[in-house]
Amino acid sequence: MSNSKSRLDVKKTYKLFIAGAFPRSESGRTYEVKDSKGEFVANPSLASRKDLRDAVVAARSAHGGWAGATAFNRGQILYRIAEMMEGRSAQFIDEIVALEGLTPSAAKKQVEEAIDLWVWYSGWCDKIGSIYGSTNAVSGSFYNFTIPDSLGVVAVFAPAKPSLLGLVHSLAPVLAGGNTAIVIASEKYPLSAITLSEAIGTSDVPGGVVNILTGSAAELAPWAASHMDIDGIDATGLSAAQEKEVRIAGADNLKRISTFKDGASPQRVLAFMENKTVWHPIGV
Amino acid sequence: MTFEYSSAPESRAIVTIDPVYKLFIGGKFVAPKAGKTFTTINPATEEVLAKIAYAEKSDVDKAVKAAQEGLKVWSKMAPSERGKYLYRIARIMQERAREFAVLETMDNGKPIRETRDVDIPLAAAHFFYHAGWADKLEHAGVGNNPKPYGVVGQIIPWNFPLLMLAWKIAPALATGNTVVLKPAETTPLTALLFAQVCQQAELPAGVVNIVTGDGATGAAIVNHPGISKIAFTGSTDVGKLIARSVAGTGKGLTLELGGKGANIVFEDAPLDETVEGIINGIFFNQGHVCCAGSRLLIQENIQDELLEKLKSRMSQIRLGDPLDKNTDIGAINSREQLEKITELALSGDAEGAERFSAACTIPAKGFWYPPTFFTGVTQAHRIAREEIFGPVLSVISFRTPQEAIEKANNTPFGLSAGVWTDKGSRILWTAKHLRAGVIWANTFNKFDPASPFGGYKESGWGREGGRHGLAAYLKGAK
Repeated sequence: MSNSKSRLDVKKTYKLFIAGAFPRSESGRTYEVKDSKGEFVANPSLASRKDLRDAVVAARSAHGGWAGATAFNRGQILYRIAEMMEGRSAQFIDEIVALEGLTPSAAKKQVEEAIDLWVWYSGWCDKIGSIYGSTNAVSGSFYNFTIPDSLGVVAVFAPAKPSLLGLVHSLAPVLAGGNTAIVIASEKYPLSAITLSEAIGTSDVPGGVVNILTGSAAELAPWAASHMDIDGIDATGLSAAQEKEVRIAGADNLKRISTFKDGASPQRVLAFMENKTVWHPIGV
Repeated sequence: MTFEYSSAPESRAIVTIDPVYKLFIGGKFVAPKAGKTFTTINPATEEVLAKIAYAEKSDVDKAVKAAQEGLKVWSKMAPSERGKYLYRIARIMQERAREFAVLETMDNGKPIRETRDVDIPLAAAHFFYHAGWADKLEHAGVGNNPKPYGVVGQIIPWNFPLLMLAWKIAPALATGNTVVLKPAETTPLTALLFAQVCQQAELPAGVVNIVTGDGATGAAIVNHPGISKIAFTGSTDVGKLIARSVAGTGKGLTLELGGKGANIVFEDAPLDETVEGIINGIFFNQGHVCCAGSRLLIQENIQDELLEKLKSRMSQIRLGDPLDKNTDIGAINSREQLEKITELALSGDAEGAERFSAACTIPAKGFWYPPTFFTGVTQAHRIAREEIFGPVLSVISFRTPQEAIEKANNTPFGLSAGVWTDKGSRILWTAKHLRAGVIWANTFNKFDPASPFGGYKESGWGREGGRHGLAAYLKGAK
């Protein structure tokens, strides 16, 4: 064993998260991430259009299982993610301090809020249908009900910062609604998203339910917008000009595209859900 | 020995059609600035019914200004008072129901039995239902502080002219918005009669404005900066155009678009009831229904028996004079639509599907298409993929429930679907796996103001009707 004073750190290779695995970008590209003082921190993957398409395939394949799982089961798995996040609090805090330049106490507050917000959304899984579904009093001898149903595959452009809390605001409601997600991490502050992928990777989340790409939102947004197998986009983290382009291209398959102000709300879950109404006659 | 029906025509004496109609702006009928008109005809006789004002950009602008003025009154009014206006409108529509029914049948071509029993009562019910929401919006689950958009632009189709008007105007008014509505070019008359109802109800000026015209009039509404939200019912292609037009403007948008609904029949379905459901699913309203059950998916082992029953039932369908109370199928709404149906059906022949049409006498004048189905249809055929919007059914078989779901969902649309089986658990399993907004189990084409309506995927954005439909007109829903 070497002397601890001279011990060299074992540095991590920051990779993508697709279909439950941690691949590098198929393009072989990386980019440099610097801390708030301009010092080198990491060379995460610069995800390509092909990586995005691979993530869509993974997300589509995972959707049936995730949406078909019981709401209670999904709630437990999301809660498990919060447990794993709690265990990695120190890592989240260190990375936020380094990249966003926050004080340790401000970073700690962000991480705690993010974990608590994740717990809040996990509890919505088995309640959203009770609160926002309905039985409808139609005129006639019919039983008629409406239930919220998952939308499908949602691409998430979370706000750049707060890098962890903003990501949780965008990602957790998408998952609570039974959707699978492709997250395009903050280009400048990607470490929170990468560490979150490692928490998710150890939380019994089926592969493909969450996919996390690092790289350039400007590069990937047009491909996500025009991809015919993406059903919805949280465009909160995009600029107004990017959002407009995404809405124009997204009209090709009428993607559900939303942006959100701060704040936790079941409306964020509902924004990526459909409503299904079923009629049946009543008779003997 | 055969028994023939005697004709039983509804009298058109109850209806007075003016030779020329103006625009309804700011509570008054006003002539269009450029003085242009177009004609509307009876598609069953090709008789010209009236000249209709053609609204250009400047007329739309005037209507938007009137709606902005109307908003000052309407948004300050106590919600319960707003609701009372809607109740008034509902009652007047009920009082004048027969007049509306006859006029709708003449302008649209749909049978009087349908306008009398479906379109008009449902339109009135829509106002009655939404009237009660006006003072209960904070309980509607659409956010803590729901706010109207302001001036809403609404564009509606020709297949259910008054009913679509009601689906649009009733929730918009109940939630405190004012509207500029454009009826379809071929069916403006009941919307203009509705304008008279607004006058009789003493609705404040500018709350409802009706501008008649064509696609260019619609585009002027969509692109008007004074309008905060667009609600459109029509084709998926136009819906996508509108979505691109409003991108980046911050305007709200809801869309009710096309469909290619799968009507799935399992081997244990009660066949006689199912046949009635298939008939209702595709031939109701001449098949001019976005949620029509236009793909019939039959479990293979009952296909022959079911199709024999369907042929026999189709031979009983009465096509002809829409004003005759015995008529089941009326006129196709326009020559243009008839050409579209004809062209798509011919593609079915050309691609190798086999056609069956009910033998019926086609009247000499007007636009007609006999009830038709195709067998031997593959999923690649145009008639299995494209919306025909006419009385043409594509029959496809399946063996297992999983295959039925796969075929039913194999479409970019997701508006409606049907399922026919005696087994409760199979109904719920099928309903769960269908990617469609409205699922009719052992029934089809039922509508109600309390029941949310709208599609998954490329069938649209948002819902109309029920508690869920209110979100389309309230900003608090974000």
